[in-house]
Parts: sequence; C-alpha cells; structure tokens
Amino acid sequence: MSEFLREYLLVLLFGLLAIGVVGAFLGLASLLRPDRPTAGKVTNYESGVDPVGDGWSQSQIRYYIFALLFVMFDVEAVFIFPWATRLEEYGYFGLVEMVIFIFILALGLAYAWRKGVLRWSS
Amino acid sequence: MIAIELAYWQEAILKLLLGFAIVLPPAGITVYLYLFKMVSFMQSRLGPMEAGPYGSLQLVAEIGKWAQKEDIFPTKADRFVYAAAPFVVLISTFLLVLVVPFGPDLAIIGGENGVDTGIFFALAVSSISVIGILMAGWASASKYSLLGGLRAAGQLIAYELPLVLAVVGVVIQAGTLSMQGIVSAQYEGEIFGFGGFGNPYFLTQFVGFMIFLISVQAELAQAPFDMPVAESELVTGYMTEYSGMRFLLFFIGEFATANVFAFIAATLFLGGWAVPPFLVDMIPGLEIDSWAFNLIGPAVMIVKMLLLTFVVYWVRFTFPRFREDQLQRFAWKVLIPISLVNIAVTGLLKVVF
Repeated sequence: MSEFLREYLLVLLFGLLAIGVVGAFLGLASLLRPDRPTAGKVTNYESGVDPVGDGWSQSQIRYYIFALLFVMFDVEAVFIFPWATRLEEYGYFGLVEMVIFIFILALGLAYAWRKGVLRWSS
Repeated sequence: MIAIELAYWQEAILKLLLGFAIVLPPAGITVYLYLFKMVSFMQSRLGPMEAGPYGSLQLVAEIGKWAQKEDIFPTKADRFVYAAAPFVVLISTFLLVLVVPFGPDLAIIGGENGVDTGIFFALAVSSISVIGILMAGWASASKYSLLGGLRAAGQLIAYELPLVLAVVGVVIQAGTLSMQGIVSAQYEGEIFGFGGFGNPYFLTQFVGFMIFLISVQAELAQAPFDMPVAESELVTGYMTEYSGMRFLLFFIGEFATANVFAFIAATLFLGGWAVPPFLVDMIPGLEIDSWAFNLIGPAVMIVKMLLLTFVVYWVRFTFPRFREDQLQRFAWKVLIPISLVNIAVTGLLKVVF
C-alpha cells in the first residue's frame, strides 16, 4: 500500500477512535447511571407543560434560499483553491482570469441581494 | 533526527495516542482556565474552589456528576439518529485534528509523500459537525431542538463561506495547501526584506485573520453567535432533550472543536509550531528542522492555542447576542464581499511583488 493510501487509512482509524471514545464514555456512564423511565420523564420538554401537537411541527425556514447560495459559493471555493496554489506560475494571466470569475459570482450575489433574498422577510 | 523505523501499526497507534492527547486534555485545560476561572474573574466571583486546589479538579467532579445522570430517550424521538448524533459531532472533531502539524516530524497525516491537501481536508471535515447537529435537532422531535438545529444549520453554512474564503488568502501567499508547507512558508518569509520575525500571516493577511476568527466564533456557536443554543429563547437548542453523558459529549465536542480550530488558526496565521527565526538564531546549533523542535513545537502550539482560545472566550463573554437576521446579514453582506475583495487584493499583491 502506498503512503498516500496509508494516510487515508489513518483518517478511517481516527473516525474509529472518535467512535471508541464516545462509546467508552457512554459505556462508563451506563455502568453508573440509574434507568427508571417514567411517562413524565420521557415526554418531550416544552417548558414543563404537556407538549402541544407533534414534535416535528411545521415551522417557517426563512433562510432556505441561503442553502442554494451556499452551494454556489462553495463550488467556487473548490475552484479557487487549486488556482491559489499555482498563482505564481500563472502570473497576470491567472490573476485576470480569476478576477473575472470572482466578478461573475459576485454578480450573482449582487443579484440575490437586489432581489431581496438576503433580507429577512415574512 | 533520530531514525527509528516503526512498523505501520506501531506508528498508527502512536498517532492515535497523539490525536487523543491533543483533543481531550487541552479541552479540559481551556474549560477550567477560561470557562471556570476567567469568567469568574470577569464577573467578580471566585468560581469553583472546593474540588482540588483552586477548584482544579472541578472538571473531574463534573464528569462524575454527568456519568450518574439518567439517560433519557424521549418517546417520540427517532432513537437511532438520536443516539448517533454525538458520535457524528465527535468524529468531526477528531478528523479535524489530523492535519495539524506539531513539529517537523509530528504531523499525523501530511508527511512528505502523503496527503498534501491539509487545510482543504480540514475545511471539508469541519462541515461534518453540521450533520450531527441537524441529526440531534431533528431526531429529538421537540420544538426547541428542531428550531435550534435549523438555526445551527443556517448559521454554520453561512459562516462556512467566509471561513473558506479567508483561508484562500493564506494559500495564495504560501502557494501550498499543505499545513507543513504553510508553516515553513511563514518561517522563511520576509516582510520588506526583514526576515527576523519570518512572515506570520496575521500581519500580511490581517483582514483574512479577522474574518477567520469571526467565522470560527460563529462555527463554534459561541456568543455573540449562539442563537442555536440561545438559552433564553430555546432552552439549549438542539441539545434540549439530551441528558447525562450524551449532553456532556456535545459539550466536550464544542470545546474540543474550539481548541482544534485554534490550533488550525495558529498554524495558518501565527506561524504554527515554529518560533520566529531570530530566536532560533540566538541558540547555536539549533535549526528549524532539528529534532529538538519535536519537543518545542507542541509547547509553542499550546501557547498559541491558549492565546487564540482566550480571544474566543473573551469575545464570548463580552458581546451580547446577535439577532438571527442580523447574523445572516452580517455573513452575506459584510464578510463574504470583504473576503472576495481580500482574495483579489492578495492575488494582485502576490503577482506584482
């Protein structure tokens, strides 16, 4: 196995380490804690009164459109990183290209801004 | 350099121990130092004094307390997702620490022929915690949890962008994504031909540094960005239904992640494990890649981490909470445009000089 893949194996091992640590904490606690659930204890918490309706009640998410904008800019960031590492070789050509790219994306943000998407509206 | 050949499994076990040692004990130190003692000082009280000298064993007592609390699964909760959420949050923390170098040979991944996309990897895995938080908020089937989880998701994705874009400035200056490369680029750098301090990027990337710190504060959901857990509005947000050890695990995840982000910020902006070159030059025979730095490096990193986490908690206990719409407006209308301009200006200066 190449060193490259071995390092990715370490990523997997660290994920397992995290699961192991959490499991150890919970396992330790399960030895110590009492377990006497009553109907009142396992009711959902709503400031002490009986819960009204379903827990998964409808609520208005006002900023779901931000998720779309986020995807747009995150993809942009993925493009910028390789460019950023090689900027010295590209010189002015690369710089101008990327400024145009960023400008077009900034236009998208400006459009969303102008359309009032970034405002908290009811 | 001491040449010890280790088999892969021996090396892996050592690295797992190192990862464990730099995630959990520093979290305890910062919680005691800042969350217990500094806050008490700022609020003119003593804080914990009973457990151990000056309350230094308070955290042990707290863990004992949490371990004895009953584990409550709400009746309506989605049991599997509810139980899995703390795991996902902690996995994100442990994966983040992988890329941080603590000395010339003390990098867990990112060795010479290894994964050299260090900071990119860190930014990628840092967003896993959003999934954990959404899982916790959704699976609890409680209104407070659901609102907290949704707020957290909206906030974390909004501040993810300035965080990523602020790092681009550093990458442009260093010309590499590798964390070791960024450290050595800062060590070898010069400011107007003067190399005595190297070139720690918090000087030349000051705007990026500020954006990074603000975004980290928001990513960690610390006040003034603590809407997801706003205790006067949402009880404790997505953690409302969790009790006992599961609640403590979210808590550990929060503070351990704060430390790891401070480690990353120290590497990107404060020069990492290296010390300024003039200090290295004062001691004859010491080179920046000599083996001694495997011992000095972690200590330097801890000091820098404590400095940065001090700022995090100082801000946390000084500023009042934002409102949800102010938070989104600040990210999208202030931080992101500034960071885009920062990238363009940094690129221009890099090409011109």
